Amino acid sequence: MLTKKQRRGRWMSLAFWIAASVVTLFPIYWMFVVSAKSRVELFGRPNFIIRNFFVENYTNTLADPSFQRYLINSIVVASSNALLVTTLALLATYALSRYKLVGKENIFFWTITNRMAPPAVFLLPLFLLFTQAFTIGEWKLYDTRIGLILLYCVFNLPFAIWTLRSVIDGIPKELDEAAMIDGANTWQVLTKVILPLARPGLAVTAILTWVFAWNEYLFAATLTSVHARTITTGLAEFVTVTGTNWGQMAATATLTLLPALLFLGLVQRHIVAGLTFGAVKE
Amino acid sequence: MRSTTIGWLMLAPTLLILTVFGVVPFVYVLVVGFTDWNAFAADPTAHFAGVENYRRLVFDGQFLNSLWKTLWFAIFAVVSQVVLGYFLAQLLMKDIPFKGFFRTVHTLPLMVAPIAVGATWRLLTVPGLGPLPYYLERWFGIEYRLGTYADQAFLTTIIMDVWHWTPLVTLTMLAGLASMPKEPFEQAQIDGANKLQIFWHITLPMLKPTILATVFIRMMDALRTVDEVWMLTGGGPGAATRYVGLHIWRVVFPKTDYGYGAAMSLLTLYLTIVMCWLLYAALVARRELPKAE
Repeated sequence: MLTKKQRRGRWMSLAFWIAASVVTLFPIYWMFVVSAKSRVELFGRPNFIIRNFFVENYTNTLADPSFQRYLINSIVVASSNALLVTTLALLATYALSRYKLVGKENIFFWTITNRMAPPAVFLLPLFLLFTQAFTIGEWKLYDTRIGLILLYCVFNLPFAIWTLRSVIDGIPKELDEAAMIDGANTWQVLTKVILPLARPGLAVTAILTWVFAWNEYLFAATLTSVHARTITTGLAEFVTVTGTNWGQMAATATLTLLPALLFLGLVQRHIVAGLTFGAVKE
Repeated sequence: MRSTTIGWLMLAPTLLILTVFGVVPFVYVLVVGFTDWNAFAADPTAHFAGVENYRRLVFDGQFLNSLWKTLWFAIFAVVSQVVLGYFLAQLLMKDIPFKGFFRTVHTLPLMVAPIAVGATWRLLTVPGLGPLPYYLERWFGIEYRLGTYADQAFLTTIIMDVWHWTPLVTLTMLAGLASMPKEPFEQAQIDGANKLQIFWHITLPMLKPTILATVFIRMMDALRTVDEVWMLTGGGPGAATRYVGLHIWRVVFPKTDYGYGAAMSLLTLYLTIVMCWLLYAALVARRELPKAE
């Protein structure tokens, strides 16, 4: 039996958490409300109820050729980056876990430092390198999707290596040694032994990597101009346009936020460990 | 014994990419920072300029101002997040219904694109549209205009950051609290310690590693905030919320004064690292003093 005081404490906690959840959800809810209203409806007193869904904000956005390009670019960049990063991180963590490599602890920590750096600091050198150094004849890395895909590895690879390391270390060495005795080569060990066992970890890594790449803005805004612009830069363009179309901006923001919502349930258990470099495990 | 060659081959692509896109830009910025390279100057070629750029930086009021603003922003935001996060985590330790639901709700902001966070807060705060200015005016008679009042803009960026990142702190604190053994608390209660004493002498020391890690990571992140603030205030009004990342990106970068911009980038990176080390040292030292007595 709970005492009266304990019971009161429970109700207080519940009340606080309900309040905290309302505060957390409200800005997102409001954005959704704005996205579902026409210009006229948005005038005057804020109205938090959606009476009739104004679909034009979404259909106009989706029908806009430049938005379509942004959307495709974002999907291509995020997916390719997630695939590349997960594959490379699997190879790297396997190498770090199973081979006696000189200075591997240093290598491991060096990869992490890449993630710590403030992105704004690297904008200038990367812009100069992308426009002037990383070129082949007329072709530049600037304003290409491959440029973003490779660049996003700098902050996603350390994250993926950090997350996957405990996964790979958690697979007993005896398993791949047994497979090797049975005559399997390294490639077979990786694909037949490690891959199936590491699948859940790989999935989480890939999803979070995908989300981080999808969410990135600063590099995308600086290192692209027309062809490789992503959805986040499209959203930011609303700020600079005068006479902002708030409904359409809210619709774009909602679409930008959608993947986070979709993947939330799948990765929520892992995001804290991911964002704190494993310093905090749940 | 396995051949290490295969191991190195597996590691090679990772090392290559991190070198080309991580180390090379770093070395590049280091070199350019010592030149007078300006693409639109009368002489657009780069010449060695020694520490001239760094000398200029020390007297650059705008840059120093943005550094100062960033620092205050980060301190206010992170301290609020830690206090609030601890409080919420402590409440979630109680046996309440819908725990899983609350956790999920609080993970959501962590996954939202910073640029979309900025967009949602802009929709909340824009006069004539957002409920915030409307009800602040109506209920409290406060004229809330982010584009006009520097203090309001500064405060709102902090609140936005608290909204965005407190969940992370809550969840780390929760992990820390959940992993604590029960015995010391029970023993302290038997010994008649009050709540404050238990917090100060048991909870805090045991939670120290978690708090340190959280503050450290949050501080690093807060110091480099750009996207949300750009979306919300555009750095304004004036330069009120033009934090250092924004300053480099929006003010220095477009001037094509590459040498100077490179020097500023490098100094910012250096100061970020130093700041975090100082912070780390300060936090560790303060809690370790009683031990030495």
